[in-house]
Amino acid sequence: MSRASAALALGASLVLACGGGGGGSADSGSARGSVSPAASEPASYALGRTPEPQEIAAWDLDVNPAGVGLPSGRATAIEGASVYAAKCAICHGARGEGVAPNPPIVGREPREGFGFGRDPALVKTVGNYWPYATTVYDYLRRAMPQDKPGSLTPNELYGVTAWILAENGIIARDVVMDSLSLPQVKMPARDRFVRDDRLTTPGFK
Amino acid sequence: MAGSPDDRSLTRRELLVSTATALSAAALLPESDQAALGTQPAEPAIPADPTKAPGPPTSAASARSPFVQMARTPTGAIAGSSLAPIHLMNGTVTPSDLHFERHHAGVAMIDPARYRLMLHGLVDRPLVLTLDELKSFPSVTRVYFLECSGNGRAAYNSPKPELTPQLIDGLLGNAEWTGVPVRTVLREVGVRSEATWALAEGGDAALLSRSIPLEKLTEDSLLVYAMNGEPLRPAAGYPVRLLNPGWEGNTCVKWLRRLELISQPNMSRDETSKYSDPLPNDTARQFSFVMDAKSTITYPTYPVQLTRRGWIEIRGLAWSGRARITAVDVSTDGGRTWTAAKLQEPVLDKALVRFTHSFQWNGERSTILSRAVDATGYVQPTLAEFRRVRGSGTNYHYNHLRAWTVQADGRVVYEAAP
Repeated sequence: MSRASAALALGASLVLACGGGGGGSADSGSARGSVSPAASEPASYALGRTPEPQEIAAWDLDVNPAGVGLPSGRATAIEGASVYAAKCAICHGARGEGVAPNPPIVGREPREGFGFGRDPALVKTVGNYWPYATTVYDYLRRAMPQDKPGSLTPNELYGVTAWILAENGIIARDVVMDSLSLPQVKMPARDRFVRDDRLTTPGFK
Repeated sequence: MAGSPDDRSLTRRELLVSTATALSAAALLPESDQAALGTQPAEPAIPADPTKAPGPPTSAASARSPFVQMARTPTGAIAGSSLAPIHLMNGTVTPSDLHFERHHAGVAMIDPARYRLMLHGLVDRPLVLTLDELKSFPSVTRVYFLECSGNGRAAYNSPKPELTPQLIDGLLGNAEWTGVPVRTVLREVGVRSEATWALAEGGDAALLSRSIPLEKLTEDSLLVYAMNGEPLRPAAGYPVRLLNPGWEGNTCVKWLRRLELISQPNMSRDETSKYSDPLPNDTARQFSFVMDAKSTITYPTYPVQLTRRGWIEIRGLAWSGRARITAVDVSTDGGRTWTAAKLQEPVLDKALVRFTHSFQWNGERSTILSRAVDATGYVQPTLAEFRRVRGSGTNYHYNHLRAWTVQADGRVVYEAAP
């Protein structure tokens, strides 16, 4: 059977199955009898309900590069240091150097260029690879610390974010991070990220 | 589970109760622990002549033969993966309990009665659905492959002769998925014209999130609740996951709890610091969603040793996230000459395809490779071409040719040569 005729046969059997209610016709000319076409899709299936604003707010925790989603609160790296030491250092090291199997989160090598594609020995950190500072806050808020995600207050999150950025030499230790200043931080790798061109360019990309 | 069938010390009722208790207790365990239960030393009662004694009675669920050993490679990590034994599988459907896993904060255990899916953001009518409500929408069933874009890393970064297809490409599965097209649900909420992406977020302890272009979601993405005929297993995202056909597995967010329509990508951790591909020109490719065409031989491969000369059937898998596979070429002389392999029908779009090729092995050292071609004309690249274009330090989407060498003694090893 060709693919086309197989598809036709499959389609016919589906219609037959759907129209099973009309399949009992005694019409001697056709075992199938008359079959109605499937109903068109309704304007709405009228399922579900409208969420309350507080329901949306409870889950809508994402932060984007423009800073949309950042809560009120503020902290410096100096203030965040004690939070980091108490809740993060056990997995990421006292200075963010990493504790196996967790890789470092602090480090700026290579200072020049962005040779990760050429050199498999280069280790990616927040300082040398992450393109947006807001992602640090977003990720910490979602997933850290791993044994107690969602437990840090906004001030603690701003503090740990500031500490990581300061240890990477991106901001000063006394600079306040809040919903206005964090999106203004330009990460060293910001301009290194390019959109996927594989489908729009011929050949192997 | 409760003694051999001829264990007279248990009454039938006791057997039923203890089996039910063990089943319900096992159901509460993470799958890794369930697997551990299943791998306890089996003491199968195998009669000398099975035609002379009746076997065990019917049961609630079938187990594999005690003679069959198929297992993933769990590491015990909360943020980690386990690879599927693809070299031990036949055909194209991955058994659900052996489908690969990749979790970022363990397997979320979700009570379906408390499950909610929320759609909000740039929509006219925000919506919350229960699981029952989601399952009430018109459903579709499709076969698609699912692959982690980190698949192949072991062979690229640290090749060695003792690599199995499982260790190289085991972050790969193929299943029949049932769910609701995302576009069906988006129609309900009224997507505003300024929306161009949606943030898909899981309800796991990582709240894993990915920004997905609206164009894909309205094209063929599914809100999946069943896999191979049964509800999703927890490791696969129970009760609901997103499935973006042909796209990297990480975008197919498990335990999906939220779709927020947005006008720019969120730049989440898993679409910036992870799942981006460094290139040799000092950039990193971002939002590299599509899985390029790829194939791998699954037999004969390490640790197989051929024990007799003559005809063998080379078997393997091919797949492409771009389009349907149209051809797989096989070489048995290290890539000098190629022959078209047989593709097992039906060949489905964005699904695994089984290919076979008869090969007369005469005892000589032979390097065997496969090469996939898809309907866009895309040809799976050589390792040398891959390394030249992507660089030695690149990450993800390792789709270069895989080669194995059948040595003169019949042993088969992974061939790391370009």
